[in-house]
Amino acid sequence: MGCNSSVAYRRSEKAIRAAILIQNWYRFTKARLETRRRYSLSIFQSIEYADEQDQLQLANFFTFMLDHCTHPDSVSHILTSPGVSQVVDEGLSLTEFENRIDVPDSYYGPRLSFPLTVEDANALLHAFRNEQLLHARYVLQLLCETRRVLKEMPNITHLSTSYSKEITVCGDLHGNLDDLLLIFYKNGLPSEQNPYVFNGDFVDRGKNSMEILIILFAFLLIYPNDLHLNRGNHEDYIMNLRYGFTKEVSKKYKDHGKLILCLLRDVFSWLPLATIIDSKVLILHGGISDTTDLDFLNALERSKLKSLMRPPKSVRDRQDQLKERIPTTRLSKHIANQNVAGKTQHISSSGSTESSGSNLPPDPALKEWKQILDILWSDPRSQNGCTPNKSRGGGCYFGPDVTAKLFERYNLKMLIRSHEFKPEGYEISHDGKVITIFSASNYYEEGSNRGAYIKLNPELIPRFVQYQVSKYTRRQNLQERVGTIESSALKSLREKIYAHRSELTSAFAQYDLNSTGRISVSDWAAAMESVLQLELPWRMLRAQLVQMTPNGEADYMSCFYDLKIGQPTKEVQPALVETLCRYRRDLEIIFNIIDKDHSGLISLEEFGQTWKLFASHLGIDLYDESLDKLVLSIDYNKDGHIDFNEFLEAFHVVHRLEKKANS
Amino acid sequence: MFLFADGAVAEIEKKIIEAFEVFDHECNKTVDVREIGSIVRSLGCFPTEAELHELLAKVEEEEPTGYINLEKFLPVMTKVLLDRSYQPIPEDVLLHAFEALDENKCGYITKEELVKYLTEEGEPFTQEEMEDMLSTALDPETNTVRYRDYISMMIVDET
Repeated sequence: MGCNSSVAYRRSEKAIRAAILIQNWYRFTKARLETRRRYSLSIFQSIEYADEQDQLQLANFFTFMLDHCTHPDSVSHILTSPGVSQVVDEGLSLTEFENRIDVPDSYYGPRLSFPLTVEDANALLHAFRNEQLLHARYVLQLLCETRRVLKEMPNITHLSTSYSKEITVCGDLHGNLDDLLLIFYKNGLPSEQNPYVFNGDFVDRGKNSMEILIILFAFLLIYPNDLHLNRGNHEDYIMNLRYGFTKEVSKKYKDHGKLILCLLRDVFSWLPLATIIDSKVLILHGGISDTTDLDFLNALERSKLKSLMRPPKSVRDRQDQLKERIPTTRLSKHIANQNVAGKTQHISSSGSTESSGSNLPPDPALKEWKQILDILWSDPRSQNGCTPNKSRGGGCYFGPDVTAKLFERYNLKMLIRSHEFKPEGYEISHDGKVITIFSASNYYEEGSNRGAYIKLNPELIPRFVQYQVSKYTRRQNLQERVGTIESSALKSLREKIYAHRSELTSAFAQYDLNSTGRISVSDWAAAMESVLQLELPWRMLRAQLVQMTPNGEADYMSCFYDLKIGQPTKEVQPALVETLCRYRRDLEIIFNIIDKDHSGLISLEEFGQTWKLFASHLGIDLYDESLDKLVLSIDYNKDGHIDFNEFLEAFHVVHRLEKKANS
Repeated sequence: MFLFADGAVAEIEKKIIEAFEVFDHECNKTVDVREIGSIVRSLGCFPTEAELHELLAKVEEEEPTGYINLEKFLPVMTKVLLDRSYQPIPEDVLLHAFEALDENKCGYITKEELVKYLTEEGEPFTQEEMEDMLSTALDPETNTVRYRDYISMMIVDET
């Protein structure tokens, strides 16, 4: 008896120790998963912001191309082809479109009739759930009407929660139609009893930006007092060129795409800049700065600023004047040089005012530009003060003191903004005064984050509703979700590594004075960070990126093992290949612009000219010969034209061990 | 007493700072106290909950604010790594632990048994933790956990 109970006791003790061990081990694996999830999101976000900074290079290039046009035919048509500007300038009526554009009997999509009714909205929702397209004529009519209605609205919309209505505020959607449909499913369609504010960034990145706009504009026309839109930094034609919306429209609307895009450019510039509820809650897309002046913002002519990526003409002209006076260094530098110099270009106005000297009078256009730039691009931070937003290259970081001052000046209680990815779909900062609301779930990758919206009651207390769209019928467990996100993040990172191979190699070599092929992990991390300009936990990522020698050093060239481009092109200089990889997306945009008739083909001559211009703009030295060889190797059927999509696809970086992409 | 080269200590400190920054959203050198466990574990340590509490006591402020400063955390964590505290649990030891709960030595543990042990004994799991483990470990057809398979799966994913 005594024996049995002591055996039982011992077994139990053993079991307890075993339990502790298992629990300990389990908590370790959970923590590892959480760490992997965090650094994956960190990778996505750093690369995204670095990309947004690079955006500046492209905006400058456009300015460069448009102002010093050597091929007026190929480039300036985006702004000046006659038929298009006519539509934009004159208020063409709905019947004009009806007369000009035929809708065939074979079209089974929604046929809109103006003024729109709820039936039209329902027809649109139904059609888009079934992946149908709205016919171009109706798109153009819708945009025309939307512009007419938006023109009547002030820059800042004032709402009230009287009649005990709750107002729903949604953040970035970025072309994720599934999220919008999910929001409507959970929260009901917009109506007089169910008002909504959509806080910008409806387009880019996702694949249904057009459909989201159509739905939002339709509801705007049906319930103009209950559906409110604020402009986001992506409601900007130059951003759209880079981040996918322009491409989406061109693909979906081959014949009328250009017309639609031109009209959209106008419509975007007529979107209101902010919404204020009960004079207490300010809703705008980005944030504020220490100079934000709501009265000034309310009074300016918002439609003059079609894109925030280019300073207003008067500012550009002045910059040009100054350049003529002062001997210039290069207009722009190769990105590596920029990084080494420690400067990042910043599209705030501070650069221009610095060099202007005191003899030139202040430019009102400049103030307008800065005010709007600040509210569309700024991010809140916990440190006090207002500093230039260096990760984005535009707007600023604003601290709790800036918020407090603004609130005091305008007697506000809360600021609701979007613009920043949040894993839980929302975040509260500045001691409860600032709310970030982000409505695009799975933004970076399936499983990366939830989306959310705010329900604001008449007492202005916010309630948050979260959701996440899933394409899998069985919900992935955490392990699988993190695995998916991590692979995707590492894939992007490896692409960057490949594209910076030469710079990385020389940075590594600087630490490896005896050319042993090995450097310390510390040096490896320092080199990676300085070349790629990404603040990431390199030591944590090391195992996935580089091989170690037995004595604990990094075999640095192994970074590049197993990485190659999709299609090897023989006899092409590696440096050229690398450059093409790095600028693949920029080139895609430029080619799409040159390709007027959307045939997917451009002539060898156009390609050569464009490439030369782009390379000279970036300060890249390339021998003509190598480019000619490359081009000839791409002209597969030797007819003097290149299929540029095929060409660019060839420069897509792949890792030997990657599973085939399932997108 | 080992003497560590300055370089080694500096490298360890850099590792710690990196791990800390992964959890430092606001980039202001503080993290939520609830993340300390994840940070310590992400550095390769296997502290029990009790050991974590001890560590927290050393890094918390006099008046706990819910946040931990890097300044306080760094020296404490450096010592942990230099002393090699909270050693990892090798695979075979983990296997023995599961076997200890498998009374009949049949290669699996029933869901009920596992839940009983892990939510009642040792440093009990929360319901969320239990459900999460089961979501990966449980074979829904037999309602058992085939622990060898489970361990192999988890270890592979680690690399």
